Amino acid sequence: MKFHDTLSGAALLLLALAILFNISSFPTIPGQNIGPAAFPGLLAGLLALCAVLLMLKGLRSREPQPWVVLGEWMRSGYHLRNFAITVGCLLFYILASDALGFLICAVTVLMVMFWALQVRGRLIVPLAIGITLLIHTIFYKGLRVPLPWGVMQPWQW
Amino acid sequence: MTWSIFMQSLGLVLDPYVLLVIFCSALFGLFVGCIPGLTATMATALLVPITFFMPPVPAVAAIVTATAMAIFSGDIPGALLRIPGTPASAAYTDEAYQMTLKGQAEVALGAGLVFSAIGGLFGTLVMIWFSPGLAEIALQFSSFEYFWLVVLGLAGAVFIGNASVLKACISLLLGLLIACIGLENPAAHPRFTLGLPQLMSGVELIPMMVGMFAISELLRYITNLDPPPVMVTEKIGNIFSGMWDLLVKYRWPLVRGSALGTVIGIQPGSGADMASWMSYAMSKKFSKEPEKFGTGHVEGIVESGAANNSSLAGAWIPAIVFGIPGDSITAIAIGVLYLKNMNPGPMIFVNNPQNIYAIFLVFILANIIMVPLGWLTVKVATRILKVARNILMPTILLFCIVGSFAINNSVWGVVLVLFFGLAAFVLEENGFPVAPAILGVVLGTMMEENFVTSMIKSDGDPWVFFTRPIAMWLAAGTLLILFWPVLTWAWRRARPPVEVA
Repeated sequence: MKFHDTLSGAALLLLALAILFNISSFPTIPGQNIGPAAFPGLLAGLLALCAVLLMLKGLRSREPQPWVVLGEWMRSGYHLRNFAITVGCLLFYILASDALGFLICAVTVLMVMFWALQVRGRLIVPLAIGITLLIHTIFYKGLRVPLPWGVMQPWQW
Repeated sequence: MTWSIFMQSLGLVLDPYVLLVIFCSALFGLFVGCIPGLTATMATALLVPITFFMPPVPAVAAIVTATAMAIFSGDIPGALLRIPGTPASAAYTDEAYQMTLKGQAEVALGAGLVFSAIGGLFGTLVMIWFSPGLAEIALQFSSFEYFWLVVLGLAGAVFIGNASVLKACISLLLGLLIACIGLENPAAHPRFTLGLPQLMSGVELIPMMVGMFAISELLRYITNLDPPPVMVTEKIGNIFSGMWDLLVKYRWPLVRGSALGTVIGIQPGSGADMASWMSYAMSKKFSKEPEKFGTGHVEGIVESGAANNSSLAGAWIPAIVFGIPGDSITAIAIGVLYLKNMNPGPMIFVNNPQNIYAIFLVFILANIIMVPLGWLTVKVATRILKVARNILMPTILLFCIVGSFAINNSVWGVVLVLFFGLAAFVLEENGFPVAPAILGVVLGTMMEENFVTSMIKSDGDPWVFFTRPIAMWLAAGTLLILFWPVLTWAWRRARPPVEVA
């Protein structure tokens, strides 16, 4: 997804202004002229300058350009769906891993991704379970990372 | 280097555990580099969650070995599929592919392997030779000089590269602003935490890098519409035959490529891909047979194959001596060094010399074992290239999830991975380079600290930044780079306009 330079510039300018507004409430250190606001203030000022330059560059460009150009992949249903599925899998893991536990979430994520990327049907389930167990062994047993068990708690090993 | 320190560091490297780590990360690097779409930077980002659990020397050894291997093995799909395995091989992919079409795949791959190893050793020797002396000079630096060094490094990141300077600047500023998040600033005031307690300690570096370099590449794979590539040949002869003749014939291009690569590596912000593009161009320029370039001529592969590997070692010089990364790989490595309490900077040569010399030894070892392991990889390359990527990519996704969780044992790491993965993907689609942002995040804290310390020392008088002797020269250098585009623009304006056909 490509945004017009003017649009990106405007968004960045808004961000810079928000930062400048935010740091105006930072405390000053008595007896010193450099407080916590000085450095981010300098950066936000420079960012605002760059954003304005980017907007000008966008406005001055000769050939007319639409505000937003959809990437080629966004027009292909298959690729757009897979993009959404990948992001969805990460969101699913973030929201569900504590409750359901690592094993269930990981197997689900792998099965959905394999299905989306057209792995052969009868391979999907064994591969998902095998890879999950392998990664679980490396990190849980080998590196002692406390991956959550969730509802699998009673069968913990 | 005194004898006892050398023996100590030799002992650190020859430890069976360290040797095992080196061997495994070598295989990992060769595999990742060989798969198109997985870069050397991604190899590093994927390794970092594992190295998190290791002592400093094996942790750094893993990164050094894996990246050196990945940069060589990126040549393999370049020659066989006409797709560079890593961006560092892109400069001579066409050349190597033409050689394969002529039935000389083994010469292209052999040259890639042998001269990668020699280039890597050259860069390593330069690093061993210069770092200690440079560190002694660096010991005299105060906050003013460090401030300029950081600015110089960041300016290099913005101006050297093929992206728009304005967009690189914006990317850099965003990175520096991310570094401002949290409590860790000289005033210890919580900044930009959005009320989230997780942000109090700032944005964790490792999940961020996994997101920016691994998840964003995954998304790029998912959204890639290119048809699957076709392999031209499955038959690869003996890759070492004729290498000695090439070595004798192209000894000067080899030295030139290695030297240029090392220098480009040292320059912050430009890494192996820049080194290989520039030395390929230089090789063509100085060649006796420039007309043969592009038709399957090995000379360019010799020179730029050596250059991209020597730049890896070059990039470690400023990283170790000043704590300023030379490319995105060393930016990640510096993050690891900080986590291991092995803070880079000149003091490391005083406090932990054995660790530094151990790293040097790992570099030498990695470039030597590259030759037999690379030979093996080429043997099985046709099979590696057939690895089902629709199985590999989801596995990497799961690995990223677990790796980022492991840093703090909290799902917050996965949130960061998702956020920065999407951010890097959108930024790159819009022509904003990601490398300056990562340098900004790594260097932001250091820059602010030195800026604030200097301003307090000078009672708020910014002129001191320009009046100390070394600081003055660093300032002049930085300003020259910063205003270079303006100067060239003015120069073009001042001259009478050239007729445009």
